[in-house]
Amino acid sequence: MLEFFNTLSSQAFLQNALLGGILASIGCGLTGSFVVVNRIGYMAGGIAHSVLGGMGIAYYLGLNPFAGALIAALLAATIIGVIKLKWQHQEDTTIGAIWAVGMAIGIIFISKSYGYNANLMSFLFGNILIISDEQLFIMLLLDIITIIFVAVFYKQLVAISFDIEFATVRGINVNLFYLLLLCLIAITVVLLIQVVGLILVIALLTLPAAIAKQYVHSIGMMMLLASVFGVIFTSTGLFVSYEPDLPAGATIILISGLAYFVSSFVKSFFRFK
Amino acid sequence: MTKTAIEITDLNFSFENLAILENINMSIEQGDFAGLVGPNGGGKTTLLKLILGLYKPQSGKIAIFGEPLKNQRKTIGYVPQYANFNSDFPISVQDTVLQGRLGISTCFGRYCREDKIIAQKVMQETEILNLAHRSIQTLSGGQMQRVLVARALAAEPEIMLLDEPTANIDQRAEKDIFDIFKAINERMTILIISHDIGFVSDYINKVFCLNKTLVCHDSTPVTSDTIHTLYGGHVNEIHHHH
Repeated sequence: MLEFFNTLSSQAFLQNALLGGILASIGCGLTGSFVVVNRIGYMAGGIAHSVLGGMGIAYYLGLNPFAGALIAALLAATIIGVIKLKWQHQEDTTIGAIWAVGMAIGIIFISKSYGYNANLMSFLFGNILIISDEQLFIMLLLDIITIIFVAVFYKQLVAISFDIEFATVRGINVNLFYLLLLCLIAITVVLLIQVVGLILVIALLTLPAAIAKQYVHSIGMMMLLASVFGVIFTSTGLFVSYEPDLPAGATIILISGLAYFVSSFVKSFFRFK
Repeated sequence: MTKTAIEITDLNFSFENLAILENINMSIEQGDFAGLVGPNGGGKTTLLKLILGLYKPQSGKIAIFGEPLKNQRKTIGYVPQYANFNSDFPISVQDTVLQGRLGISTCFGRYCREDKIIAQKVMQETEILNLAHRSIQTLSGGQMQRVLVARALAAEPEIMLLDEPTANIDQRAEKDIFDIFKAINERMTILIISHDIGFVSDYINKVFCLNKTLVCHDSTPVTSDTIHTLYGGHVNEIHHHH
């Protein structure tokens, strides 16, 4: 147990990991709250998984995979958003298709690149222990974009999440804000991939926010509480996984999942008492 | 001099080749308390949503104070039949009411002081001020309906469109809510959809009966013939004595 804190005080990689977890938690608190109240976890999952296509192509071309991830995520968000707004009845199938096709493209490109297995694994499941200073800087930038966007358009984002028909009547451009919300999810997905990988992203995006929702009655408080939960889960996961050498991403998700079930159980127990 | 609040001319609307509304002509004057009645599926809600700009008509014109809707959006308040949102949404009564200020509030990000003052005023008027900080998850059906009315009033509209605002609450609460409508009719025009022609007739000064087309409007007296055209089949006439 002491080894974790000794290493933390002397080694940059562990400091970066902890800092990376905190930066990811801010994004997951802000965006995750909108994913949960809009009940669009499946959509966020589609965006997250299709990102592998962009990462694979960028990796094959020798570019930064995270630049590829960001482009793919924004593209997937736009396609899913337009389909949702124009052809509502096919939304489900289309998201499934984008989800799988994105991953297939990624796997094909990565298989034709050098170092297939190790990199595929870190894209899929994340590797919080190898976050570079440069990546921390990119994460900080994505956080700042998210915070500014949510602060400026808080009213509109809450309104379209709450009652889209009433927001339309009040003259809000709901289609535009819906697309922007999906793009915000895309940015957050990329932010979280380094920490838990693209397969587990959806859990970190929804679980802290879902727990927070059980205790508050405003989206603002939900965001704050979800971010705090995110910091607790990523730090605890990192700490617990360090000495037994467990995969940190998976440990973080297990702790989040456990916290969610305990919280839901406690909530329903007290409600029916 | 009174102005025409809502003027509908030669309006037709169909959905997937099925005619929903045909040849609608109606006008509602400023200060009217107008009732829109008719059978289920007769197109009442569709007509309201056309006025609100939620649907686009195939042909015909809707003018609000003589102008197209997009110039007059701020003058319209809307109370839907059902709450269109998840009742477990984490939001307080006050924040829900404040959403009525959308598109009017001049502040960035959050609502301004002025918005909050107006929200307080309309919550007072609808008698929900004591619930302001409660979560909407904890409200009863009648309380929720008042929140929806307050949200519409927060826009300080000149026209209120109400879609069966009392369909889901008990009769005593229904009368209380109609007394609120009567009070706000002093300062704004009201168009209300109702299934209960007898009940609303105590409040309204004008009635439109709709079953795909307008079967009667205020210049035609409502006779049992009209009722038959409107509802078909057998309708029991109950005479109200006041």
